[in-house]
Amino acid sequence: MRRLLVWMAVGVMLSALTPIALANGWNMPVGVTALSRDIYSLHMIIFWICVVIGVIVFGAMFYSLFRYRHSRGAKAATFHEHTSVEVIWTAIPLLILVAMAVPATATLKTMYDASEADLDVMVTGQQWRWRYDYLGEDVAFTSNLSTSREQISGTSEKGENYLLEVDEPLVLPVGQKVRLLLTSDDVIHSWWVPDLAVKQDAVPGFVNENWVRIDEPGIYRGQCAELCGRNHGFMPVVVEAVEPERFEEWMAKRKEAAQQEAMSADREWSLEELMARGEQTYGAVCAACHQPDGGGSPPAFPALAGNQALLEEPERHINVVIDGVAGSAMPAFRNTLSPVEIAAVVTYERNAWGNDAGDTVQPSEIAERLAAQGE
Amino acid sequence: MASHLPPKPTPQHSTTTAGGMAESGHARPRGLMRWLLTTNHKEIGTLYLLFSLTMFFIGGIFALVVRAELFQPGLQLVQPEFFNQMTTMHGLIMVFGAIMPAFVGLANWMVPLQIGAPDMALPRLNNFSFWLLPVAFLLLLSTLLMPGGGPNFGWTFYAPLSTTYAPPSTSFFILSLHLAGISSILGAINIIATILNLRAPGMRMMDMPLFVWTWLITAFLLIAVMPVLAGVITMMLMDINFGTSFFNAAGGGDPVLFQHLFWFFGHPEVYIMILPAFGIVSAIIPTFSRKRLFGYASMVYATAAIAILSFMVWAHHMFIVGLPLVAELFFMYTTMLIAVPTGVKVFNWVATMFRGSISFEPPMLFALAFVVQFTVGGFSGLMLAIAPADFQYHDTYFVVAHFHYVLVPGALFAILAGAYYWLPKWTGHYPSVRLSQWHFWLSVIGVNLTFFPMHFSGLAGMPRRIPDYALQFADFNLVSSLGGFLFGASQLLFVLVIIKCVRGGEKAPAKAWEGAEDLEWSVPSPAPLHTFETPPTFQPREH
Repeated sequence: MRRLLVWMAVGVMLSALTPIALANGWNMPVGVTALSRDIYSLHMIIFWICVVIGVIVFGAMFYSLFRYRHSRGAKAATFHEHTSVEVIWTAIPLLILVAMAVPATATLKTMYDASEADLDVMVTGQQWRWRYDYLGEDVAFTSNLSTSREQISGTSEKGENYLLEVDEPLVLPVGQKVRLLLTSDDVIHSWWVPDLAVKQDAVPGFVNENWVRIDEPGIYRGQCAELCGRNHGFMPVVVEAVEPERFEEWMAKRKEAAQQEAMSADREWSLEELMARGEQTYGAVCAACHQPDGGGSPPAFPALAGNQALLEEPERHINVVIDGVAGSAMPAFRNTLSPVEIAAVVTYERNAWGNDAGDTVQPSEIAERLAAQGE
Repeated sequence: MASHLPPKPTPQHSTTTAGGMAESGHARPRGLMRWLLTTNHKEIGTLYLLFSLTMFFIGGIFALVVRAELFQPGLQLVQPEFFNQMTTMHGLIMVFGAIMPAFVGLANWMVPLQIGAPDMALPRLNNFSFWLLPVAFLLLLSTLLMPGGGPNFGWTFYAPLSTTYAPPSTSFFILSLHLAGISSILGAINIIATILNLRAPGMRMMDMPLFVWTWLITAFLLIAVMPVLAGVITMMLMDINFGTSFFNAAGGGDPVLFQHLFWFFGHPEVYIMILPAFGIVSAIIPTFSRKRLFGYASMVYATAAIAILSFMVWAHHMFIVGLPLVAELFFMYTTMLIAVPTGVKVFNWVATMFRGSISFEPPMLFALAFVVQFTVGGFSGLMLAIAPADFQYHDTYFVVAHFHYVLVPGALFAILAGAYYWLPKWTGHYPSVRLSQWHFWLSVIGVNLTFFPMHFSGLAGMPRRIPDYALQFADFNLVSSLGGFLFGASQLLFVLVIIKCVRGGEKAPAKAWEGAEDLEWSVPSPAPLHTFETPPTFQPREH
């Protein structure tokens, strides 16, 4: 009976796990950087060391369990210590560990050498999106989850890259050393892409450093790895690695778009234009907390729909969006959103979901205000 | 090590079942007041164990909410806010409410019996340390009903998520943790005082059973680190309510400081949850191998070495937080060193079985499963110690698999092994063999189905603490969820075993197991309320 149960247990586990392990990625990815391959080989070495020790220890144990059974009339020996054996099995693991520490130390030293980078990117974690600044290039954008709410709630079919897709990926050139400078605007986040073997905490008030040199063009997906609040699971990282020429083209296009956005702040925007743009921005930036219907989730995140204070005090409304609310989860969007986006989102919030302020906030007003405060 | 043969139970050192009440000299309160006011180590031990069992089921239900939501991709049952509260409360309840009180309960019952003491050294303090716990955990559970919900920042409650961005109930969470911490410190003081002062005449330190040794060392760990936890949560309280900025960078503070303080407490804390388990297993394996424990002295030294090292490894929980290279290297080396004394322990257990005369009663089954599964958790721990590789493992399900292997099929199985081992002493009856075997095998299957696939989902890239996941993790999560429900349901069998064992079953003699050696087996089964009112004569065994 007992033996039957043992085999049943083994059978259930093997039959359940084997096909799954084979059908899916079940091991650490080898990755696409020299470092990721080093880390993978460290992982496999220590894994096989564990397997060998496991086979020896469990082998000796199960041999004893089988061979020295009371039911087979085994008589217990009386020995209970053996100094030389004890010294040997203290010393051998120690030697194995020293042997393991040598390559681990070498890899770690390489990981910590972020000097002489070709490109610097500032990565800023925000509840719950990533912001990327190409330092010295005047190109910056935020990267939001692009999986639809319907897919998450199950009312529509889940796509291939469910929860691992964003509106704008971080674009990096292959073959170049990219230094990543990580920080956060609110809580601690952690930027992780398994294929790049880069995982680094983004800590508010501090700047951490890491680096990556990608060998192959491709799209590499990861997620925030440090619990950062309710949408921690919905904060993917997507890196698109492209050839350096394509990277230059992309960079030029981004710069042009940024200039146009800055220029469009000068003209007069209609209510319809602002509402359309505002809905977009609201969905990407605000809806995670204040909900798509403006209902919020009190007490942490107040409702915006039907919010009298908001409707009656447009000045304060604008200030809250620009400067945030100290001591609360509401961040300052001064550096995150453009004047057009701030104007649009404020206009949207004042006129959507039955809110009927009827007024518009012009991008030029916001630009002036930001310029005045900047002085 | 204890005497060769248990001393014969003579009237000199043991009273009969009815003795306690008659001899106490005053009427004992009955009903609820009996339990509220008791200062008897066995009754308090029972209270601790029942409390721990209750918390185990509450924490288990929270875990099943998590596993149910993760059964398939998408958000089906709960929203992320509530999911985060469930993962947090599951961790807090299991660590502080289930595992720790279970070990304290076992210590209350067994330490005096194993050293021939009449009771704990400080019986009234003992009562107080227990009754702090229900208050603390009622308070903690009540936060789930407060506006904004309960703690939702993980059981490690990293600032500033747990300060600036925390729900309003966080101050209550801090208060409840303070109470639980006071309870632990008082309990630890009591255990140290008992072990150092109340050993039977002739019992030297190096004669003590290993459960007593491991608990002595654990108690020192508790006294050393619980005040650090108290300090860090007090700093949080100040940040939240009084405008200080210990952990707020905007005010000149440092969120990483929180992690240093937390893990300076937290790493010894994880050994607090495993050292007494080593002690239990070191009692059970010799008993059912009918052979003395191999390397008693090296077991004691290994335990002490692990305890000392535990103060020097804390930042291996913080390899990706942005530590300087030298710190990474230091903490990688010290962490790898822990494998040495831990390995010694496993080798000693195997050497104890080698050329023994082994039988497979329920306590032995759980102890053997402990050795294998704890070692699996030790292996993944060794992998996690390799700092460069930890950049990939950190904060993934690989870590979840690792610490659940050392805590569930590790610490929890040792507690279950201890319960099966000592139930005859507590109740006077053997637990039902058939039910125990069902409980054992279903638990082993369930626990491995739950936690083994987590190694794979973690390596494949699934971060921990997420309520929804990408499609490539779906199959692993499905297996984990099914395993989780199987494991949870099979623990109801344990309750059934206990109830049946209390009510009746095969009568157990004083020495319930053929190979058992320690002093507790010299008093009748069930152990009368008062034992060793005059100290037993203890015959040290030749070393």
